[in-house]
Amino acid sequence: MSDNPLLDKLLGPDGPELTCDECFEHLDRYVELEHTGRDADAAIPGMRAHLRGCPACAEDHESLSALLAADA
Amino acid sequence: MSEAVGVIRTPSAAEPDWVEALSTPGRARDDAVERLHALLLRASRFEVARRRRALGYVRDNLDDLATQAADDALMAIMAKLDTYRGDSRFTTWAYKFAVLEAGTKVRRRAWQEREMPLEEEGWSRLPDRRAAPAGDLETAELLGAVRDAIADALTPHQRTVLVAVTLNDVPIDVLAERLATTRGALYKTLHDARKSLRARLAEQGLEGATA
Repeated sequence: MSDNPLLDKLLGPDGPELTCDECFEHLDRYVELEHTGRDADAAIPGMRAHLRGCPACAEDHESLSALLAADA
Repeated sequence: MSEAVGVIRTPSAAEPDWVEALSTPGRARDDAVERLHALLLRASRFEVARRRRALGYVRDNLDDLATQAADDALMAIMAKLDTYRGDSRFTTWAYKFAVLEAGTKVRRRAWQEREMPLEEEGWSRLPDRRAAPAGDLETAELLGAVRDAIADALTPHQRTVLVAVTLNDVPIDVLAERLATTRGALYKTLHDARKSLRARLAEQGLEGATA
């Protein structure tokens, strides 16, 4: 990542990342791991990078996380 | 949340066996479908409310949008029930379908009457490296190099997708609908375009500045 948001958007994450379909497949587990204080990024490598690079998947992640928080 | 997550689990007293209930024909299945739809509708309404600002000028009944999202999520879940592996709670697994459907519908509705800026030349608004503002020469140098790489290293389709998603903030699922393709396919195009840009920067010895 650079310290410039525009460059980050243009160049995306550096390194391996999941696809949108893989992101959706693992999203429920990833968010539950986050909510229980587990190392979600170690359990599902490439998810964090994809969420940095894909605004739509990042929105879905934020929403599912907020929904679980509201349910807690 | 006190249950262990991240492992394959059997249904607990805290969560009914949704898969069993949804798979077995009869009254219990009908009840389970009804309860699941209620959960999905709650999730869809939650998502639509979160994205309400994006729909500021839209006068539609947004509860209809949430209901349609819940209906579509229910259909998707019933079709994919055998793919649930139990590595999250069933309700979390189900919620993600409602979030996806509602989020996509909100984004598409928000852009329904908007002109979509797809012009490839949008990238030319990036600063020219020769016109770098004083005080931020390194960033201007990088942006200028990216601008040149967009012009030289990408295919027209890659440029269209990159410019729309990263410079014009067109949601990728909205763009996918307009271009009659899928979100996954467009993200692959975006990923490949970014990879080409990074490769071009590396050729110029600039890759370290973006790591």
